[in-house]
Amino acid sequence: MNKIFSYPEALVDVPMHYCPGCTHGIIHRLVAEVIDEMGVMSKTIGVASVGCSCFNYDYFNFDMVATAHGRAPATATGVKRVHPNCLVFTYQGDGDLAAIGTAEIIHAAVRGEKISVIFVNNGIYGMTGGQMAPTTLPEMKATTSPYGRNTALTGYPIKMTEMLALQDGCVYAERTKISSVASINKTKKAIRKAFELQMAGKGFSVVEILSTCPTNWGIEPVEAIKWMENNLEAYYPVGVIKAPKEVE
Amino acid sequence: MAEKILMKGSEAIAEAAIRNGCRYFFGYPITPQNEIPEYLAKRLPEVGGTFLQAESEVAAIYMVLGAGAAGARVMTSSSSPGISLKQEGISYMAGAEVPCVIVNIMRGGPGLGAIQGAQPDYWQATRGGGHGDYRLLVLAPATVQEAVNLTYEAFDLADKYRNPVMILGDGILAQIMEPVELPEENKEQPEKTWAVCENHNRPRNIVSSSYPQVDVLEQINLRLHKRYNEIKNNEVRWDSYLLDDAEYVIVAYGSAARIAKAAVKMARAEGIKAGLLRPVSVWPFPVKPFQDILPQVKAFLALEMCTGQMIDDVRLAIGNARPVHHYGRLGGVIPLPEEVLGKLKELVKEGK
Ligand SMILES: Cc1ncc(C[n+]2csc(CCOP(=O)(O)OP(=O)(O)O)c2C)c(N)n1
Ligand code: SF4
Ligand SMILES: [Mg+2]
Repeated sequence: MNKIFSYPEALVDVPMHYCPGCTHGIIHRLVAEVIDEMGVMSKTIGVASVGCSCFNYDYFNFDMVATAHGRAPATATGVKRVHPNCLVFTYQGDGDLAAIGTAEIIHAAVRGEKISVIFVNNGIYGMTGGQMAPTTLPEMKATTSPYGRNTALTGYPIKMTEMLALQDGCVYAERTKISSVASINKTKKAIRKAFELQMAGKGFSVVEILSTCPTNWGIEPVEAIKWMENNLEAYYPVGVIKAPKEVE
Repeated sequence: MAEKILMKGSEAIAEAAIRNGCRYFFGYPITPQNEIPEYLAKRLPEVGGTFLQAESEVAAIYMVLGAGAAGARVMTSSSSPGISLKQEGISYMAGAEVPCVIVNIMRGGPGLGAIQGAQPDYWQATRGGGHGDYRLLVLAPATVQEAVNLTYEAFDLADKYRNPVMILGDGILAQIMEPVELPEENKEQPEKTWAVCENHNRPRNIVSSSYPQVDVLEQINLRLHKRYNEIKNNEVRWDSYLLDDAEYVIVAYGSAARIAKAAVKMARAEGIKAGLLRPVSVWPFPVKPFQDILPQVKAFLALEMCTGQMIDDVRLAIGNARPVHHYGRLGGVIPLPEEVLGKLKELVKEGK
């Protein structure tokens, strides 16, 4: 009998620590499936950042480096320069990538660093208990914006992927979401494109994935997905922001 | 014996690194150490290596972490303010047991301070600098030749102990030109079975300083502590000058020790039994030589180009057994041997 569905080889079969309804787990699985399908597990090196996903080195079944908050792109740069034939990716949250790690991510893109970035945007600092992030929407409540994000006081949500796409070294930038089978499949395709362009030596690639944090948003998982589509997606439109001609 | 060539301290450090297999350098410009990255920007491509100028010292140290985790021999260099920025990453490397070599060419501080050579970062270098209960192996060369030898050796030590090693120099050492003999190119490097790389048929490697379970982290701390003790037992280095019968002992490291040596010569000419004890490893600090010479010594004089930091280690080495005095010039002003001699004479006169 032919096996038509199995647990990804690139994922360790252990329970994950994520909250019920959290989309981090789905994204891990997509990354793992793409690695399996590309047959590159033995030459994949992941870089874990700091956020709810910081223990993902326990879940991914390949070599991993865990680094400091915001510094994954610099760390991945060091790894990639030593092992240019490996698939090197970072997995970063919005606080990690869009606040403390702004300089590192921009300059990795500027250098055209041949790494891929999985950017999980849930509009909040999940791990530390729901503080405001640079990506938090106007009027959105967080523990450090208890009255809703006041743009007069804290400015506007940052559109990182658009900014990264402006850099010549960035060859591929797409924003996707995790809300349905269709959008999950789209996300997987985007991850595959990003990884393939890296392996073809084209340059820096980023996939921003709109995600949910039901725990810190304070809403039920199914509601959280609707809220994400109605609010996060309204501010951060999904779609290809930049891609080489052959991919478009 | 190889021929001696005239080299600037900073360039000699850079060349020594290459001779011991360093093929990756990540850094950010800052005076007075720019000749290190500039030299390597030229030289590394010639030997198939990579020089990369980072967007900041913060990024540079994490590039070092990545390359070190990937198994490469890697170096970064900076000067005081830049080394402050690197501290978080140094702590992560100590925690993740990633070997690397960090060169700190100290300048006057605090803050932006001034670009002239000084020694105000002793505490930062020897007390950890970053957060967490870790130690760096810190070597403080006094001459260009010693900078070459210690930098070369630093790569072996970093790999041996899987710990960052710091070369603690100052603006004088980096800028001075002296004849040096360069070591032969070392082509043999230790195998690093723990590093991340293309991986066929072995369990995955994880390089991380994250240990969320407290009992696990406690065991890691104990393991590291054991390793630091091993370093203390094996890697103490020091040098001396006219110490055998010395009654007044100047303690100085790096460039200050050269000035101290000149002062000792002058003092001897005037009949003062002066000597020099020069820590070469400032962590681990050479405690034993202090205890060995204690019976004959009347007083110690710590000569440092700061208001007194290493003096703490001298006091820890001898307790209250003898007086420990301090002399130093600050902010990048270099003490003259005459000044040091003056201070020595004062001590002799006052019978201190
Ligand atoms: C230097 C430093 N500052 C702050 C923190 C605390 N911290 C841990 S995770 C985090 C925010 C993570 O948020 P995000 O990147 O959005 O990831 P999420 O948890 O939402 O997936 C912060 C501020 C830290 N670990 N290190
Ligand atoms: S806090 Fe939010 S981001 Fe973190 S695991 Fe829970 S749901 Fe996911
Ligand atoms: Mg987040």
